[in-house]
Amino acid sequence: MAVAPRSRKSVRRQRLEAAVNYPLDWLEERSGLVGGIRYFLFRKVPGDVNWMQTLGSATLTAFIVQAITGVILAMYYKPEPQTAYQSIQHITNDVTLGWLVRGMHKWGASLFIILMFFHMARVFLFGAYKYPRELNWIVGVMLLATGMLEGFTGYLLPWDQTAYWATVVGINLNGTAPFLGPFLAQFLRGGAEIGPDTLSRFYSMHMLLIPGGLIGLIGLHLYLVVRLGVTSPPWSKDAAGMEPTTNGAGPATNGRTGLTRPAARGTLRRNGGDGL
Amino acid sequence: MEPGRRDEPHTPAPTLYPIGFAAGIACVLVGLIVSPRLIAPIGGAIAIVFGFLWVRDATRDYRGVPAPVDPETRREAGVGDAPAVPAHHGEAAMPEPEPGERFPRSTFLEASTLGVGVIIGGLVTVPVAVMALGPAFGKQGKHYVDLGPLDNFPEGEWRLATFFLDPGLGEVTRRTAYIRNNGTLDSEPSFTIISNRCAHLGCPVQPNGPVFDDQSKDVNTGGGERIKLIKMLPAGGFGCPCHGGQYDPEGNRTAGPPVRALDRYEYAIKNGHLILLKTFSVSHVDGTGKDATIHKYRLAGPGQHIDGWEQIFYPLQPPQ
Repeated sequence: MAVAPRSRKSVRRQRLEAAVNYPLDWLEERSGLVGGIRYFLFRKVPGDVNWMQTLGSATLTAFIVQAITGVILAMYYKPEPQTAYQSIQHITNDVTLGWLVRGMHKWGASLFIILMFFHMARVFLFGAYKYPRELNWIVGVMLLATGMLEGFTGYLLPWDQTAYWATVVGINLNGTAPFLGPFLAQFLRGGAEIGPDTLSRFYSMHMLLIPGGLIGLIGLHLYLVVRLGVTSPPWSKDAAGMEPTTNGAGPATNGRTGLTRPAARGTLRRNGGDGL
Repeated sequence: MEPGRRDEPHTPAPTLYPIGFAAGIACVLVGLIVSPRLIAPIGGAIAIVFGFLWVRDATRDYRGVPAPVDPETRREAGVGDAPAVPAHHGEAAMPEPEPGERFPRSTFLEASTLGVGVIIGGLVTVPVAVMALGPAFGKQGKHYVDLGPLDNFPEGEWRLATFFLDPGLGEVTRRTAYIRNNGTLDSEPSFTIISNRCAHLGCPVQPNGPVFDDQSKDVNTGGGERIKLIKMLPAGGFGCPCHGGQYDPEGNRTAGPPVRALDRYEYAIKNGHLILLKTFSVSHVDGTGKDATIHKYRLAGPGQHIDGWEQIFYPLQPPQ
């Protein structure tokens, strides 16, 4: 727990390290959070990972930017037909650095969607959607859908002509869905006609309902990434599907156990956690 | 397959059936555009056949005799090098139930916890769901808008009328209708009142012809409803700026993506005023003006088919 005394270190340094470590140790002893974060951040990955594999983290970063700038914008935005457009003008023209935060949110939205598609292309081209990661692909598709729903609902909020008519068209597109379409369109509009309820409804969905789902799905996505490990690039020398070497103490912990396939159906090995 | 790497075939074995299935689907999609009667059913048949083969192939292991599974074995406690599980750890602390012994109390507690959870969940969820989903089943297309005296609508001329569906909510409920006085039919005034909501995806259609903004008239019918009437001449019918849908002056679709004619308003004459009533959908109109035969349907959203075989996709509409 405490720092092991070493003759090399000066007394001052030892005190400093003890001071830094004390709260961390306190936290770790009571919650295990430090070890958890260490486990999350310092995972074993294949030696030949590629820069393309940072696209997922880039997408996550774009989402965090959207979340933070969105919270700040919500402090100034007023979701009423009479005030929405004016409040956006106020944010852009009057509030200090409002133009920048709004710009980050507006352009970051496109960036988020584009990065999702790049990340998806990387996963597809690397074959990283294959066993045992199919479920994570499905979760990723759900993230793509919810991310685009964020785009759809957020587009109305500036409440200008583009926003209004794009939303009219978007809602009516949903209305052409078979059987339930007419009801879906009325649900999105909050009634028969687009109006004040539509704006507040989209605002609520944009900043409460869908982000909640998005955050939950991101958590599940990351959990599966940690559990299943990172894939090697397709050109990797260590071919996927190779049996890991064993030394009698269970599967080898080469950090890539998630890549191995079961020997035969019915004798599924537990994948993921090293040495489990 | 790399020799020397103890590689084994993939399970399940590679199969071409998904590719055949995908080709069938592609054939259906192309066929729907090229030839819905011939190519699309062929593609559908291909997709069904390959889909069946694919499912049969993929479920082969589950349908036949199941693959033998080695029984799970475990060393007896205390035998060999594995230490015995201490009595206060793990399941050993739990006494083995007598054969036939039941746990009615724990079963009851399980069921009651579950039941109370369902009741609490329902008490919370039902009102929330009703409030959120209620508008989906609300009434649509019902209005009552006074457009002012009939004198403002000379016979045979078109007027572009803008009005508020709900003056209390203001500008966001402003709507536009194209109105023509057709003269009298059986000594009753006849009007053609076309909604400007495009039958494709609901953009505002515009008259293909001059709109005389200098010949506009503001009408105040009381109740704060500001109505504007502008003379116009939609000689070329109507066109939508969004995706290029085109209509003739009666609202029949002539080109572009719309699936039917433009919606119309029902109307009434009350105290010499023209009153807009509920909206209805129109598949097509035969003839023109007061002699027109309007093929009238209940109001449907833009892009929704009301006739033809595609109408089976929209059997239900919110109440009107």
